[in-house]
Amino acid sequence: MSKKLRAVIIGPGNIGTDLLIKMLRSEWVEPVWMVGIDPESDGLKRAAEMGIKVCSEGVDGVLPFIKADDITIAFDATSAYVHAENSRKLNELGVTMIDLTPAAIGPYCIPPVNLAALSQGNIQNVNMVTCGGQATIPMVAAVSRVQSVSYGEIIATVSSRSIGPGTRANIDEFTRTTASAVEKVGGAKQGKAIIVINPAEPPLIMRDTIHCLVEGEADQAAITASVHDMVGEVQRYVPGYRLVNGPVFDGQRVSMYMEVEGLGDYLPKYAGNLDIMTAAALRTAEMIAQKLTEASAITA
Amino acid sequence: MTNKFVKLHDMSLRDGMHSKRHQISIEQMIAVSTALDAAGMPLIEVTHGDGLGGASVNYGFPAHSDEDYLNAVIPKMTQAKVSALLLPGIGTVDHIRMAQACGVSTLRVATHCTEADVSQQHIAYSAKLGLDTVGFLMMAHMISAEALLEQAKLMVSYGANCIYCTDSAGFMLPEEVTEKISTLRNGLPDNVEIGFHGHHNLAMGVANSVAAINAGASRIDGSVAGLGAGAGNTPLEVLVAVLHRMGMKTGIDLYKIMDVAEDLIVPMMDSPIRIDRDALTLGYAGVYSSFLLFAKRAEQRYGVSARDILVELGRRGTVGGQEDMIEDLALTMAKENVTAETASATG
Repeated sequence: MSKKLRAVIIGPGNIGTDLLIKMLRSEWVEPVWMVGIDPESDGLKRAAEMGIKVCSEGVDGVLPFIKADDITIAFDATSAYVHAENSRKLNELGVTMIDLTPAAIGPYCIPPVNLAALSQGNIQNVNMVTCGGQATIPMVAAVSRVQSVSYGEIIATVSSRSIGPGTRANIDEFTRTTASAVEKVGGAKQGKAIIVINPAEPPLIMRDTIHCLVEGEADQAAITASVHDMVGEVQRYVPGYRLVNGPVFDGQRVSMYMEVEGLGDYLPKYAGNLDIMTAAALRTAEMIAQKLTEASAITA
Repeated sequence: MTNKFVKLHDMSLRDGMHSKRHQISIEQMIAVSTALDAAGMPLIEVTHGDGLGGASVNYGFPAHSDEDYLNAVIPKMTQAKVSALLLPGIGTVDHIRMAQACGVSTLRVATHCTEADVSQQHIAYSAKLGLDTVGFLMMAHMISAEALLEQAKLMVSYGANCIYCTDSAGFMLPEEVTEKISTLRNGLPDNVEIGFHGHHNLAMGVANSVAAINAGASRIDGSVAGLGAGAGNTPLEVLVAVLHRMGMKTGIDLYKIMDVAEDLIVPMMDSPIRIDRDALTLGYAGVYSSFLLFAKRAEQRYGVSARDILVELGRRGTVGGQEDMIEDLALTMAKENVTAETASATG
């Protein structure tokens, strides 16, 4: 194996910190910088304690160090409002951007569905859709790769504690982006997304329901096998991704009922919605690293 | 209280959609709404049962789109105004824009009672359009009066001019309604109206509405003949009779609304709206009223008692919108029953 890809994480909040902890275990990607905007923030202090270089002056503060520190990949866990500028500045320095905000400048990435195809090209920016999208679109794709899906609908139910103020203030972004990715990546001709926030204590583990309406008589055996295979693919990076019930077949309808338990790295285990985002983002970076290593091995 | 005006808001063409599995025809929408308009009903809600954008596998596909219903009803109104409901997470501001273009006067933004901060963009947008903008706090029995007031203040800060205490489960008793409405009335500015939305699962719809009015509510929801989720909404024709006996004004002709109930709504019902054991369980266990028919269907399909499903949903603290949990839970309970039977057969 060649050297690890060196990374910068922008946004030292819950997502950025969870991503950092996961990255410290990675064989392919090494966290080098954590970038925030408040020198007093807990997130930057935590990163510094873990031995990561920290910058409290936003992306501009880290730009002079990108070349010297050989940074080739960045993760943006800030907000859609600042993402475009962050991405532009880092892309100019040859850094690939993995976008965990709903900005969606680049193509959507759901690792077990389209990461292999995406990584064939020269990616500058990929978007990780939404937590609900990461949890459900693999199942839509598992059905649509067997049989045409005229309509795909997902319902993500998340604990109140796991939804931050940014998502709350702009919940339409969630439904629009997820529905769009159900079509573009999931392969449904028409997509719909619903999010329900539940305040129960103790907090409920993320639940996801996926309904597909298929064209023609459902091929039950093939769809069931495809769904189980896909669950296994997601479990490679999110071990707590579970099919609780289904696939249920009811006329044209095929339904899957999922539960997503996180690893509990920085975020609690019930917040599977956040865990699946960070795990998918890291998985994406690792695949890019693998491709680069293979490419350099061939040229060597 | 004598001569006090109470604004009644009809739910039979929105909440009633739940009990009709969202299959009310355009002709029925027009017949009921024009009869209510003629009876003097000031405000009528028209949308999918789960609000704008509710058309889905999860909640049911309606016979017609929200836009088609609104366009059919609104031009026919002579004095009545039309409202639309929206649940953030299901519908978006795009739906608000559509409803406003159709001519709704009132937009009601509904969230679970602890999650008011997901309504900011929708309430702000509705208020900016100049609509009568209502914040609708659902399942309000699940939190204290003080906590409800804090959530109401958030909605007011976004631009709502009216706040509802919504008893989605039909769980509240009059004392609780009095406490919650009084707390809202005392804690919110005078120019913010207070409303109450009841369900009749414990037969408290009318009593709770009267308690709400006495505590300061000025808008009350109900349905003609109770057509609505669970054991229905507060039956409006009964409430009108009670309020008139109390000397209050509603602007509604009692005999005309009685006739709407008897001649139009009751013949439309798929099954009688009554407090059967499952609807009673909703009220007793504090469960979202529109889960009723989903639980009955799951009982038929999976052989698990609807009452057991509803009690378990209550125990788990499910909230409005979690209809998908019903089939999921029924499948799990059916598996457990098989396991239990196998265990006893072998044991």
